[in-house]
Amino acid sequence: MLDGLAHMLVTLGDGGALSSGIARAAAGADLIKLVPAITLGATAMCGVFAAMKVKSKLPAWFSVASLAACFGVVLAVFLGHDGTPRVAHAFDWINFSWTISENRASVTHDLVSNFAFYVDSLTLLWMLFVTGLAALIALYASEYMSHDVGAGYCRFFAAFNLFVFSMSCLVMGDNLLLTFLGWEGVGLCSYLLIGYYYTKDSAVAAGKKAFIMNRIGDLGFVLGLMSTYVAFGTLEYDRLFDLIGRGVDGAGQPITGTWVVQVIPFLFAIGAFGKSAQIFFYVWLPDAMEGPTPVSALIHAATMVTAGVFLIARLYPLFAADDAKLALSFVAWSGALTALWAATIEMAIFDIKRVMGYSTISQLGFMFAGLGLLTPTGAAYHTFTHAFFKATLFLGVGAVMHGFGGQLDLRRLSGVAWMRGFGLVGVAMLIGSINLSGVPGTAGFFSKDMILAQGFTTPGTTIWGAQAVGWILLVTAGMTAYYTFRTYFRVYVGPKEFTPGEDAHAHDDHHGHGHKEDFDPTTAEFDPHPPGAPMKVAIGLGMALTLLAAIPYFMGGHAARGEHAAPGGWVGGMVAHSSAAYNTPHEGFSFLGLTSHAAMYFISAGVGAVGLLIAAYLHGPKGWQGLWIGNRTEAATSRADALVPLLGRVVTFARNKWYVDEIYDFLIVKPLWVLSHVLYFIDQWVVDGLVNLFGAAPGMTGKAIRPTQNGELHGYAAWMAGGLAVVLLVVILVAT
Amino acid sequence: MIGLTSLAQAAYPEPMAGATLAHYLAVSAIMFVLGLIGFLTRRNLIIMFLCTELMFQAAGIALVAFGRYHLNFHGQTFVVFILTVAAAEAAMALALIVLLFRRKESLDARSWEDLKG
Repeated sequence: MLDGLAHMLVTLGDGGALSSGIARAAAGADLIKLVPAITLGATAMCGVFAAMKVKSKLPAWFSVASLAACFGVVLAVFLGHDGTPRVAHAFDWINFSWTISENRASVTHDLVSNFAFYVDSLTLLWMLFVTGLAALIALYASEYMSHDVGAGYCRFFAAFNLFVFSMSCLVMGDNLLLTFLGWEGVGLCSYLLIGYYYTKDSAVAAGKKAFIMNRIGDLGFVLGLMSTYVAFGTLEYDRLFDLIGRGVDGAGQPITGTWVVQVIPFLFAIGAFGKSAQIFFYVWLPDAMEGPTPVSALIHAATMVTAGVFLIARLYPLFAADDAKLALSFVAWSGALTALWAATIEMAIFDIKRVMGYSTISQLGFMFAGLGLLTPTGAAYHTFTHAFFKATLFLGVGAVMHGFGGQLDLRRLSGVAWMRGFGLVGVAMLIGSINLSGVPGTAGFFSKDMILAQGFTTPGTTIWGAQAVGWILLVTAGMTAYYTFRTYFRVYVGPKEFTPGEDAHAHDDHHGHGHKEDFDPTTAEFDPHPPGAPMKVAIGLGMALTLLAAIPYFMGGHAARGEHAAPGGWVGGMVAHSSAAYNTPHEGFSFLGLTSHAAMYFISAGVGAVGLLIAAYLHGPKGWQGLWIGNRTEAATSRADALVPLLGRVVTFARNKWYVDEIYDFLIVKPLWVLSHVLYFIDQWVVDGLVNLFGAAPGMTGKAIRPTQNGELHGYAAWMAGGLAVVLLVVILVAT
Repeated sequence: MIGLTSLAQAAYPEPMAGATLAHYLAVSAIMFVLGLIGFLTRRNLIIMFLCTELMFQAAGIALVAFGRYHLNFHGQTFVVFILTVAAAEAAMALALIVLLFRRKESLDARSWEDLKG
């Protein structure tokens, strides 16, 4: 059936006119059109299931199968890809041209924005982990969401598939407009899934917050898109990159030093910051953790939030065209400060899912810093490894939530890994944690190293303050190791102890443990509910992929073509053949006779080890699980508590997220609230008042005069007599 | 002013010779006002009808007086028409009053207040 569909789509594609200069796509690249087709079809099917009121896990299995098919398609296209960008044309969407006369010469302009997919190695890199992880997490969600079977189950998977459809449009779009369509589509799905538990006020508010914050960033994207069209007269990537490569705009004028390269990248950077929760915009992402955990894992950790990284990587020629590299310096600094800022919050808060949320913001900061530090390869590789280890971490946290009735407080959980059925979760969390904190030999270690080393390699004359960015990132890497293992030592090892969360009964009712609706977590018996087979398979696969993600670092580019290994291994090769290709500076400092990257292996390993050991000392349990330096014996307290009074109010501030939400509330929300109420008052009383006055005048006149029509004959007579008297009086006064 | 001009321009019996237009108009006005007051104060439909007749005739007196003053018959012609109309109107009005009385067994004008719009 798939082959038939593929054939049909290919035939469709052949019918359309291709205006680009790129050679007709080979049948291999055309296959990629199946991905949006399958995911859109799966969304529709989930709608059909909902209409049929399916009371089984059918939507989940259908979604897993279709997403796995998508991954297969992407894999097939990847294996047949020869490194040259291709365009797979699905159908004409917006395609028209017009001729006007300018300076006595007729000039033809056009606006072409087709439903066509730009297949280059950057696209494939992203699509591989998007579809692969989507299939994996759909499998996980099939069990995780099982309490909602028959209720919101179809809705969840419909939005899930729609998300993958939107993400594929975003990543594979052949033009900025299609990318923008996908960009908005993933925003919509994010909103729908954060607010999945729509009876919960906090989830609804978080959904709205994410949506609104993203719209602010999207304004930057839209302005950038329009400016690009104004400057280059096209939205298609291949024509755009051709023009930028030649250093001219649509009219043939050189772009160096003009607003084109100085302003447009800033606009796109703002768009990317909104979607990827960077500086000023990050506040929506921690709240987005209100959504179901599979959503957090896929959308708010692995894929959607990396769309900003993708956008900048996709438009890297535009960002790099500026000789002063102003926009890239801005991106580097924003990323570094976001990474540091989020890390300070994570070190203080207790909610293990929020820790993961802030950690995602922090790691996204690393990716943006990598982009800014002229290593799109490092950024892409970190995105790639982060997608796997952060998804695994979220799946593990989800298993804990699922098992302990929604308990997320690290002071109320301890020794989870030693409880029956949670062993795999403990191992997965350990693997995720060593990747996140950059323990040598892990994928996270290599990808973070590429960015860190670049901070000390990229000349400060090219990127303003590159070394300072490097130092900030290095400190943040140490903090990352600390907060990651703080959670790990507190929750997964140590004495077995737990308090179930508030929605304990919800899970137990479904799984037949026999608890009543009025289950009281503080008194009643509670059995932790270990993850079942689908969740274990997903966690296990995520764990395996996380470990395997280190291998690409040592793989050459496309070895089959006899190319020597590019820096960054396989991912480096992928990036080198895409629009994000950039001649990254490699002549940096040398340290003890080692090149900068080799030296950074030792430096970052040392920094990570310091963070890890501090975490073990402060939070590690007694004995070897605390590496013999910890002494924690219960869930609620640790040595770190003694530090809180020493640090004073700093801890309180960090724990309250530096009051950023409150500051935004005071600076933006409250003034808007006041302004809107003033305007409401004006509308209500001045504008409406005037209109209502005109409407009310006849009514009021009638009301005033109505009593005279009382049916009393003498009343009428008296009025007549009075009227006559008045007329006579007037006549007499006028006549005499 | 017309007010004090004598009406005795032709041969008229002596006692009337001193009567001026003003006297006739005064009588007319007094009659009219009496009719008006009666109309406004009484509730009995028949009395009210009689009061309207009184006002009618007050107007007739004024017309005849003016006709005499101008030495023509316009005023008297009008009065003949007025009397005709008044007679017809009296017949109809009294018939209406009888019908109204049959409905409510009362001649009080207030009993028909519910006819208001």
